[in-house]
Amino acid sequence: MIRFATALLAASALVGAAEARTLSVSPGPDAQERIQTALLDAKPGDIVKLAAGRYELSDGLSLDVDQVTVKGAGPDATILSFKGQKGAGEGLLVTSDRVTLRDFAVEDTRGDGVKSKGSDQISFLNLRVEWTNGPNEKNGAYGVYPVSSTNVLIDKVTVRGASDAGIYVGQSKNIVVKNSRAEFNVAGIEIENSMNADVFDNVATRNTGGILVFDLPNLPQMGGHSTRLFRNKVVQNDTANFAPKGNIVAGVPVGTGIMVMANRNVHVFENEIDGNQSAAVMLVSYTQTFDDKTYNPLPRDIVVRNNRIGKNGYDAKFAGAEILAKELGGVIPPIMWDGVTQHAQNADPVRVRLIDGPVLNLNLAAPGALMSAKPAVVDRLGDAVLAEPKPVSLPKPQADLGA
Amino acid sequence: MRSWIAALAALLCLGAAPGPRPVAQDVVLAETPAPRLADYRLFLDAAGRRPNAGLTPYALNTPLFTDYAEKFRYLYLPPGTKARYRAQGALEFPVGAVLVKTFAYPADLRRPAEDVRYLETRLLIRKANGWIALAYVWNAEQTDAVLKRAGARLDVRFIDAQGQPRQVDYAVPNQNQCKECHQLDKQVAPIGPKAQNLNGDFAYPDGQRNQLAHWTKAGLLAGAPPPGAAPRAARWDDPAEPLEARARAYLDANCAHCHNPRGIASNSGLFLDLGETRRAALGVGKGPVAAGRGAGNLKVSIEPGHPEASILAYRMASTEPGVMMPELGRSMVHEEGLALIEDYIRRMPPQ
Repeated sequence: MIRFATALLAASALVGAAEARTLSVSPGPDAQERIQTALLDAKPGDIVKLAAGRYELSDGLSLDVDQVTVKGAGPDATILSFKGQKGAGEGLLVTSDRVTLRDFAVEDTRGDGVKSKGSDQISFLNLRVEWTNGPNEKNGAYGVYPVSSTNVLIDKVTVRGASDAGIYVGQSKNIVVKNSRAEFNVAGIEIENSMNADVFDNVATRNTGGILVFDLPNLPQMGGHSTRLFRNKVVQNDTANFAPKGNIVAGVPVGTGIMVMANRNVHVFENEIDGNQSAAVMLVSYTQTFDDKTYNPLPRDIVVRNNRIGKNGYDAKFAGAEILAKELGGVIPPIMWDGVTQHAQNADPVRVRLIDGPVLNLNLAAPGALMSAKPAVVDRLGDAVLAEPKPVSLPKPQADLGA
Repeated sequence: MRSWIAALAALLCLGAAPGPRPVAQDVVLAETPAPRLADYRLFLDAAGRRPNAGLTPYALNTPLFTDYAEKFRYLYLPPGTKARYRAQGALEFPVGAVLVKTFAYPADLRRPAEDVRYLETRLLIRKANGWIALAYVWNAEQTDAVLKRAGARLDVRFIDAQGQPRQVDYAVPNQNQCKECHQLDKQVAPIGPKAQNLNGDFAYPDGQRNQLAHWTKAGLLAGAPPPGAAPRAARWDDPAEPLEARARAYLDANCAHCHNPRGIASNSGLFLDLGETRRAALGVGKGPVAAGRGAGNLKVSIEPGHPEASILAYRMASTEPGVMMPELGRSMVHEEGLALIEDYIRRMPPQ
C-alpha cells in the first residue's frame, strides 16, 4: 500500500515538473524587482503573466531562461513604462531560446525597446512598442530588435517613434515579419545582414522610409540574402528623418517606400506602394568607405514585380534629385536603381528583373559616383530569371503561434 | 550513552580552542544559492572584513570602473586544488573555486582606509557544470549581506578625490546582468583574473610580490611561466607606461567583456580586447551599426586625432541610459579614464 502511494506520488511529481507553471505579477510598488524576480525564477515551460495595468520601471528587464512565455493582457492593457529608466541599453532583453513575448506594451525606453540577442525561436506577438512623445531624435533606436538570432517571428506588432528602425532584424536567419504596423519611425521595418526573411501583410506608413533591406560591412554576419517583401502596404512615408547622424538610416530620404542596399536575392512583389515623395523602390549600393575585403556593396539579384504602385517620387529629397527631376519632367520614376554593375572587390554578377516600370537607371560607374550618372528611363529593366526564395519555414511550435 | 560521548567530545573541543570553521564547501557547491553571504563562511567576522583560511587577496593591473567604488578581491580555492595557467583569457579554476569581490565606498576617497561602507559582495562560483554569479547586498549596520537576485539601487554619498561631495544611484546588477558582462559564448565566465591582469605586484602582509609568482609559490597556480614570460596588461593609471598600452588595457577591462567576438556585443563588430589588431574592429573609421542616438551625430567610433568626433569618447562621457557605455556598472563619468581615451585618440596617427 505504502509502495503504491509512493509510486503515485512520484508519478504526480513527474507530471508536476512537466506542467507549465504561471508566475503572476501585478502592477504596483517594486514592480521592477517583482517582474525581474519572476523572469529569474521562471523554469522552462513556465508563463510569466503580467496583469493589466501600468508598470513603472526604473531599470532594464532581462530573461535568460529557455522556453518561457511572457504574456500580458493586451498591448493596450499591460503597459511597461520605462520613462524613469536609469540604466541598461534596452527595456527588455532576451538571451535565451524558445521564448515568446506577447500581449503587452513597452513604452518610452531610453535605448532600444525589446531586444533578443543570440536567441533561437524568438517570437514577438501582439506587442506595442512606442515612444509616446512622437518622433524625436532622443528616442531609442529600435522598437523590436532581434539580433544574431535564428527563427524569428514578429506578428501583430506595432512600433511607433523609433529613432532608427521600428522593427529591426539584424544578423539573423530565418525570419517572418507579418501583420505588423510600423509608423512614425525613421525606418518602418529593416532587415539587415540577415538571411531568409519573409516580410508580408504589414503596414509601413508615416515613417521616413517604409521597408529597408540592407547589408553593412565589418560585422560578424554579412552577405545578407534571400528576402521576400510582399503584400505590404507601404504608403505615405512622410516623416522627416530624425535619426542621429552617423547611423546608416540617417541617409534615408524622406518619402522612401522600399530601399534595398547591398543585398542579394531580394524579391519585392504584390505590395501597395503609394504616396512616398522620393521614390517607390530604390536599389542602391553602399557608398561609404569601408575596410573589409569580404563585403559586397552592390544590390544584386533583385526582382520587383506586380506591385500596385500609386503616386510616388513627386518631390524627391535625395542628393541630386532636383536636377534629376527637372531632367525627367518633374517626377522620379517609381523604381530607381543606381545601376552599378561591378565592383572590384566582388565578382558576383549583378542581375535584375524590374518590371514595374518605368524604371530609372542612373548608370553610375561606382557606388555613389553621382557625377558619373547617365540617367535613363525605361519601361522595364532586366529579364534575369531569378528563382524566388522558398517561403520561410519556422519550427512547428513557433509557426503555430503565428497561425 | 552516545549523547554522553558527544557531549564529552564537544567539551574537549572547547578545551582545545578550535580554530575557525573552514569555508563551507557544501554551501559553495549546493544547487541553491545560499540566502546569506555568511552561510559560505568566506569571512571570519560578520562584517566581512577578515577573510577565512584559503582566501587569497588579489588586484588587477587595470580594473573595471564602477562609479569610483573600492573593490576588495579574493580567490578561494578548495584545499589541495590549483588554478591552471592560461596565457589568454581567464585562468582555469577548479570546481569549488570562488571569486569574491566586495564593492565599497570610503566616506572620503582621500582617506580610503577610514569609514568604509560595504555595498555588495559578488561571488562567482565554479560549480561542476560551470560558473554562476551572485550578488549579496550589505545591510546598513554592516553586519549581514543577503542575496539579491533581481538587482537593487542604493543611495551612496561620498567625498571624491578632489574633496567634492558626490552622490551615486548605485546599481547592484540583477543575475542576468551579471551574465551580460560575464559571458563567453553564452556561458558565465570570469573576466578579471587573466594572466595579463594578474601579472603585477600585490602588497602582501609580508611584502610586495608579483601575483603570478606568489600564486605559483603558494601552490595556487600550476603551469605559469616566470612573470617576465607571461603577458601583461599595462596599469591604466601609470603615466610611466606607454599611452597606447594604457588605453588598450583600459578598453580591455572596461569594454571588451562585451565587445569581443564571443561576448554579448559581438553583433557590433567593435572588438576592444587586447588581442585585437584590426583597425576597423578597434573602431578606427568604423561607422555605428545599432548605436542609435548613442552615436551622438558622430560618424565613426574612432576618428584618429579627434576625440570630439569619436563615438567611443562620446559614449564614455555620457550618463544617459541608451547612450552611455558601458551600459551596466556605472552611472557616473570616469573622468580620468575618459581623459586617457581622449588622449589615446588625439595622438593616434591618421589612417
